[in-house]
Parts: sequence; structure tokens; C-alpha cells
Amino acid sequence: MPLEIYLDLISQPCRSVYIFAKKNNIPFEFKKILLFKGEQYSEEFGKVNYFRKVPAIKDGDFTLSESIAILTYLAEKYGTPDHWYPADLQTRARVHEYLSWQHSGMRGIAGKILWLKLMIPKAFEIDVPKERMDSLLVDLEGSLTAFEEKFLQDKPFIAGQKISLADLVAIVEIMQPLGAGVNVFEVRPKLSAWKDRVRAEIGPALFDEAHQMIFNAEEMSKTIDPSAKEIFKPKIKKMFL
Amino acid sequence: MAAKKALEVYLDMLSQPCRAVHIFLNHNKIPHTVKTVALRKGENRTAEFTKLNPMQKVPVMVDNGFVLTESDAILKYMATNYHVPEHWYPRQPERRAKVDEYTAWHHNYIRPHAAKVFIMEVLVPHMTRQPVEQPKLQRALEQLGDTLDKLEGMFLKRQPFLCGDDITLADLLAVCEIMQPLGGGRDILKGRPKLESWRSRVKSALRGSFDEAHQILYQLQDKSTSKL
Repeated sequence: MPLEIYLDLISQPCRSVYIFAKKNNIPFEFKKILLFKGEQYSEEFGKVNYFRKVPAIKDGDFTLSESIAILTYLAEKYGTPDHWYPADLQTRARVHEYLSWQHSGMRGIAGKILWLKLMIPKAFEIDVPKERMDSLLVDLEGSLTAFEEKFLQDKPFIAGQKISLADLVAIVEIMQPLGAGVNVFEVRPKLSAWKDRVRAEIGPALFDEAHQMIFNAEEMSKTIDPSAKEIFKPKIKKMFL
Repeated sequence: MAAKKALEVYLDMLSQPCRAVHIFLNHNKIPHTVKTVALRKGENRTAEFTKLNPMQKVPVMVDNGFVLTESDAILKYMATNYHVPEHWYPRQPERRAKVDEYTAWHHNYIRPHAAKVFIMEVLVPHMTRQPVEQPKLQRALEQLGDTLDKLEGMFLKRQPFLCGDDITLADLLAVCEIMQPLGGGRDILKGRPKLESWRSRVKSALRGSFDEAHQILYQLQDKSTSKL
């Protein structure tokens, strides 16, 4: 039975898993889960992932959630080139260090921008207080500065000379605010140069294909089921506001 | 030649991830030097410490000049670099993936939700000299309750430890977070027998190193329960 990967490409961690699998020619069945249609609540998907989140994988009888775990699992299982998840202990530790920090340091902040600036007010018609948005944008600046100064420094990639899972996990989060018109690269030439390097390593066609979704976010928000909207509204209020 | 303790760790024992690192080192008898960084005294904001870690956080590990932050990364590094029993961080891909799955999930659930209760009940009132904000605390407790339901439902379904039959880094990280609200006199596992059994198993597996690491927290617990 082939590897099944459950994905919705609007989700940043789904993009990192998708890019990694495609880039490394890992054979898999793309199981689309449309979050805005509530497909994560199906009985079938509940058996794959108890938490009902994407990405998730099913490899024979083995199921796994959390993109970080999925990426390292795929790297080991499919023997991908060493630079993605280096065997050298200290280089690997640098990758782990970023993958750990990024949950709250990057994803927790950059990941909210598209929601608070676009999806929540436009698709769900819930008001977002200006102070909340302003404060989030300040936090974003802090995250990006920490990223540049602590994790990137003067190296071409986070772990050193070569691209790794850390850069992949970073890029999908750092790209996300662009879907809401927040150009994180505008006044950050170092960050922009890193993004170009990552895009070149991944391959421009694959990179652009995977990121298409975020540029269609506004369009997509208009297609959300009205009944789904009502189900999501209280969850969204709880999560973001 | 004198034994050179090339491994240094910068810790504050009131910090949950610091305790996890401390327990791991002592339980596995890994030679090391502990450098205390008292967060409540601002010792993480000194020029010297900031040079070591610009994020001004603990724990920090320095191994012969190699500086590493983030407890997950530190524990995974130590589990691989030193001769510790394999169960801590199994090598087999599926078993290792389960530990990685927990340590990722932990960041967004157990760590923030358990810490929030301690911060609201102990740290904030201590710093502001104001009473606990009850509505906020209630919401935090509800959120923690949901998270503990998930912990039990997903990770302890048919197994004694979070990732299988043996203790792993996952149990170590989780238990230190779960202990934290005790500093305010609150046992968040009260009324949750499955989780209480798990905690007992973890404590047994860790023996003396568990209580040693939690001394400061127990003292805080005594202080707060004596106020009642």
C-alpha cells in the first residue's frame, strides 16, 4: 500500500511536507483534505489523525501527525540526501534547534497574519481590533529579526552551507503573510536573498506551485460554505481573538 | 589528569525545560557542570549571558564550545552523543517519529497551557502584588483541561508511557510541565487517575533525580499551601 499524505496546501506545514516529498521523488498518494469544507472532521480522517489536523501520513498501518515528525520520518525512511537532515550530530542539533524554536517563535506569529488580516475579517466577517493587528505586526518584526540574527546570521542556510529541513519549515511560514499583502521581504535584503536561495534549491516550479494557494487566499475565502462558516466562527474566535 | 567536565548547562530549576535537562543528565550519570541562571534576579539579562544566548533564555548547553539552545534539541543531542539506553530516543524510524510527534505537539499544548496556569497563579500575583485574575485563570484552566484530555486520549490510549512501553524524552518533557502548577499548590492531575498513574510510573523510572530536580518547586508548593 502506498504512502498516503493528507494535505491542504493552504496550510504552511502541509506545504513543507508536500515540497519535501515531491523534491525527493517520494512516491505518495495525495489525499486532499479541504479544511474550509470541514473534511478534517470525517470519520475516516479521524482514524488517521486523532487531532484532526493536517498534515498527517498513513504508511501501511503506521499513522503520524505533526509536520516536523513527518519530515524527519520521511528523511530517514526514504534515505534522502544528507543535507536535509544531517547525520553529523552538531549540524543536526542546529536543525533541531530551529525546528523547536519556530513553533512559538515563527509559526505562532507569522501564521496568524493571513488569518487576522484577511481570512477572519473578509471570509468570516468578524472584526479584528486594530490594536491586535498592530501588536501582531510588531511581533512579526521581532520574529524576523530573531530569524536573521540568531538562525541565519551570515550563513547561506540555517544549518550552514546547505539547505536543510529547517529552511523548508521556515520558508513556508515566512511566505504566508504575503497572502495578506504583508511583504516581509521588502526591507529585508538578507531575508530576501535567503528566500531566493531556498527557492532555487527547491526548484522555482515546485516552490511556486506549492505557494499558489496563498496568493489565491482572498478568492478562496469567497468559496467557503456558509454553513461551514457558522461552525468555524466560534472556533476561530477562541483561537485568535 | 583531573576530569574535565567539558559539558556545561545553564539552568534555572524553576524552569520546566531546565529540569528535564537536569534530570536527564543526572539519571544517566553524564558528567557535567551546572551554571545557575536565576531568572527572577534577571541573571539571563546580563551582558555575559546575552553573549552566550541572545534570546536570553534557559536552558543552554555548551559542549566544548558548541552552544545549543532549546530543550528538545539539547535532549536529542545528549541522547545521541552519550551512551544512554536507547529507549530515551529510539533509533527505529517509527518509534523515533512518535517521540518527535510528541515533542512537536508539546510546544503548542502542554507547555504553554500548563505554564499559563502557574504564571497566572504564582508569577503574576507575585510581581504585581495584585490578586489572581479569576476569569482569566478559569479560561486557562479550561484550556488546560482540554489539553490534558488530548494528552490522555492520544498518547496514553493503550500504552504505559506517552510513546510506547518505555519512558522516552517525551515523558520527561511532559512531566516537568505538569509538575509546575504545584508551585501554586495546584495538582492539575487531580481527578485524572490515568494521568496520575502515568506520572507515578515516570517518577518511579526516574527515581532520585526527579525529586532532586523538583526541590525548589516543592519548597514553593509548601510556601503556598501554608498560606491557606
